[in-house]
Amino acid sequence: MKKLLVSVLMLAALLVSPSFAQGLLPNIPTALGEPHPEGNEYWRINHPALLSHSRDQTVIDGLRDVDASIKTCVACHAVEGPDAAPVTIESPDHTCRTCHDFVAVKIDCFQCHNSRPEEADWSAVLPSLGGTPDTLRAYLERISQ
Amino acid sequence: MIIPTTEKGAEISRRDLLKKGGAMATVTLAPGVTLMAFGGKASADGLKQGARWGLLIDAGKCPEDCSACVSACSTEHGWENNGLDTDPQWIRKVTLREKSTGRENSLPVMCQHCDEPPCVDVCPTGASFKREDGIVLVNRHTCIGCRYCMMACPFKARSFVHEPVTDQRTTTPRGNGTVEGCNMCVHKIDRGDGTTACVEACQATGNNAMMFGDLNDPESDIAKAVSTYASVELRADLGLNLGVRYQNI
Repeated sequence: MKKLLVSVLMLAALLVSPSFAQGLLPNIPTALGEPHPEGNEYWRINHPALLSHSRDQTVIDGLRDVDASIKTCVACHAVEGPDAAPVTIESPDHTCRTCHDFVAVKIDCFQCHNSRPEEADWSAVLPSLGGTPDTLRAYLERISQ
Repeated sequence: MIIPTTEKGAEISRRDLLKKGGAMATVTLAPGVTLMAFGGKASADGLKQGARWGLLIDAGKCPEDCSACVSACSTEHGWENNGLDTDPQWIRKVTLREKSTGRENSLPVMCQHCDEPPCVDVCPTGASFKREDGIVLVNRHTCIGCRYCMMACPFKARSFVHEPVTDQRTTTPRGNGTVEGCNMCVHKIDRGDGTTACVEACQATGNNAMMFGDLNDPESDIAKAVSTYASVELRADLGLNLGVRYQNI
C-alpha cells in the first residue's frame, strides 16, 4: 500500500513538472512585435472569429487597417527557417501549425493567403526588435519565459 | 428630430447604422423623447463613399505590339498565363477587325465592372458582389468555384484557378478552386494610390491610352473626358452600364 502511494505521488509530481508539460504541449514560437494587450489566451480562443470579422470588413467595406489582419499576423508571428527567411506553412515550425497540428484542426487560410510575409512587411516588424534597448530586452525576456 | 441625410441619401441600412454607431450621439430630452444625431462620413480609411471607379481606354493610342498593361497586371497580382486555355487571364489584348473596311484595332479587355453585373445576378453564394464604389469582386471566402459567373459574363473576364497556388502576393490572395478576375487594383485604391497597375504601366510606356478615375466626381479627369469626348461601352446593347469605356473603336 505504501509503495503504491509513493508511486502515485511520483507520477503526480512528474505530471505537474514543467519539463513533462513542455513535452506534451505545443511549443508556440514567440512573436516578433509587441505582445497583444488583450493577452495570449484571448487571442488563442478568439482568433477565428476576429479574423473572419476583419476579413469581411476588408473585402466588403474596403477597410485595410483592421484589428485582425492575416497579413499582420503572418508578419509578426513569422518564424525564421534555416535559410534565414520566414518558413511557409509547409514547415511544421510555422506558428499556425505548431498549435493546429497539435489540436488536429485543418487551416484553409493558406490555400489563398501567403503563409509568409513579403519582404517589406517582414522588415517592417524587425526594426521593433532592435529599435531601442528596452524593446530588445522585453523581447528577450519573452523568449526566455 | 432632425437626422441629416448621409451621402447615400435616405438609404440608411441597418449595416450603416451599426457602422456609424460610434459616431452617433443620443440625447434624452425628456422621458420618451430622444434626440439622435448622426456623425459625418464613414471612417476615412474605408472605401470612398459615392464613388464609381472607372477606366477610359483610347484604342487609337494602343499599339498592337504593346502588352505592358497585361504584364503589369500579372506582376501586380501574381497570376501567370502560359497560353493554356485553363490559365488565368485577368486582362488580355484583343484585336478587332472591321470586315467591310479592314480597319484593325487593338485594345485591352478586362472586367468591365458593370453597374448591373450578370456575374452577381447568377452567383449562388453571394461571393460575386459589387462594392459600394462600383468595383465588381469575388469574395473568395464564399466562392465555391461553380463558375456560373464565368458563363454569365459577356466579356469572358473571369478565370478559374485550376492549380494550387503558393507564394501569392499578400495584397492579392488567390487560390485553387476559386474564380478570379480584374479587381481594379482594389488594394491600391484602398491605399489611396489613385491609379491601377495597368494604367501606371500604360503611362510609363508613353502611350497614355488608359485613364483611371472616379466617374461620379465631376472634377476628375476621367469624368471630364467622358463628358467632352465620344466614348462607348462594349456590348452597349446589354444595357449593363459599364465602368470601363473605350474611345476610337
